[in-house]
Amino acid sequence: MEKHISAPISDEDAQALRTGDYVYITGTIYTARDAAHLRMDEALNNHEPLPIDLTNNIIYYMGPSPAREGRPIGSAGPTTASRMDKYTPRLLDLGLKGMIGKGKRSDAVREAIVRNHAVYFAAVGGAGALLSKSIKTSQVIAYDDLGTEAIRKLEVENFPVIVVIDSEGSNLYETAICSYRED
Amino acid sequence: MKTIHTTQITQAVRELCIEANHFLTPDMDAALKQAAVSEKSPLGKQILNQLQDNLQIAGEDQIPICQDTGMAVIFMEIGQDVHFEGGLLEDAVNEGVRQGYTDGFLRKSVVKDPLLRENTKDNTPAVIHYELTLGDQVTITVAPKGFGSENMSRIFMLKPADGIEGVKNAILTAVKDAGPNACPPMVVGVGIGGTFEKCALMAKKALTRPVNVHSDIPYVQEMEKELLDKINRTGIGPGGLGGTTTALAVNINTYPTHIAGLPVAVNICCHVNRHAVRKL
Repeated sequence: MEKHISAPISDEDAQALRTGDYVYITGTIYTARDAAHLRMDEALNNHEPLPIDLTNNIIYYMGPSPAREGRPIGSAGPTTASRMDKYTPRLLDLGLKGMIGKGKRSDAVREAIVRNHAVYFAAVGGAGALLSKSIKTSQVIAYDDLGTEAIRKLEVENFPVIVVIDSEGSNLYETAICSYRED
Repeated sequence: MKTIHTTQITQAVRELCIEANHFLTPDMDAALKQAAVSEKSPLGKQILNQLQDNLQIAGEDQIPICQDTGMAVIFMEIGQDVHFEGGLLEDAVNEGVRQGYTDGFLRKSVVKDPLLRENTKDNTPAVIHYELTLGDQVTITVAPKGFGSENMSRIFMLKPADGIEGVKNAILTAVKDAGPNACPPMVVGVGIGGTFEKCALMAKKALTRPVNVHSDIPYVQEMEKELLDKINRTGIGPGGLGGTTTALAVNINTYPTHIAGLPVAVNICCHVNRHAVRKL
């Protein structure tokens, strides 16, 4: 089913999404990948505040290529989500509501998604030029020294994603394959 | 004897880094177009059409096809009658990478140390493979490698008794484990034989062979066709979201090996299977 949602994402919207829904996101989302997740985890260990409020927010696992002059961002597709699995349940328990990436998640992440009524979206991997067209502004807001891995605040318009794991824990990677498997 | 100045190498590598990150080779282009037509899953078809749009935008607006513009893997085939002038060849290649990634607005994804992980900020160093050939030409292949698929690559040190079925199972296992993580439809590069490092290098090089060209060894060609068919029956599909297009090609290279061994390396590449070639 095709749906349009705004970000930050409301509890109602997150819970209404179902595996396989094709969703267009408009609003504010944040980027963070490996190095930024490690830093946020260390900050939490040291009882320091996080650079972003996670409540009802969506994190996009993405490190862009540099922007050419006059453009908000360079190529901007998703990176493999499983590398963030180690840190994700903790962030979900702190209010994170959505993640955009690609690829499988661990059982611990799936359980944390269900526990917190959150959602995991996939964007099309390797379509960074196309996806960059849905990003209207980009601003580094933390960990500038990490370069492409810094935390960025993005304003997106009709950013296209697919629901892979919904708030009930069903997983499109497992169900969709069965329909076309012939071995 | 031909003399080549290393500044020519730098210039070529610079341009090849930029070219490879914005344009696929004609064989990859054609295979992806064909897949968008033949894919049976509606969502899979939609994803493959998005990839077509993505390639068009990348070329027209000069935005890299994928934000992971890779670690630069460079094959240098050097004629034995070539003499280089102007400094160390390796330095010239790395200077080309530095210029290409900086001037071409490509992402800098290389860290100086695998555990300390400080970014080198210019995507150097490259991973360079040298090969001597006859004649007085230098052929440079720049193959930027993204790590979503690199991370899903595998080496299997099989036993001779595992035989051809063992090899096929190993390749299928690697592909199934990779699933959505490797950004399918993928290209599967395989090396069989040699030693531990030789089979890995053969698998990497197999990814630079056009996807419409098979091995010229009859039984290997059979394996390539059979495995491609089996992989496309796994159901993984475009983006791992189900479908009939999981791989575009299986390219296998072989080499003599030891009486006690059967090494198999599977180097997986996403649909952004990049390489650009120039002869000097």
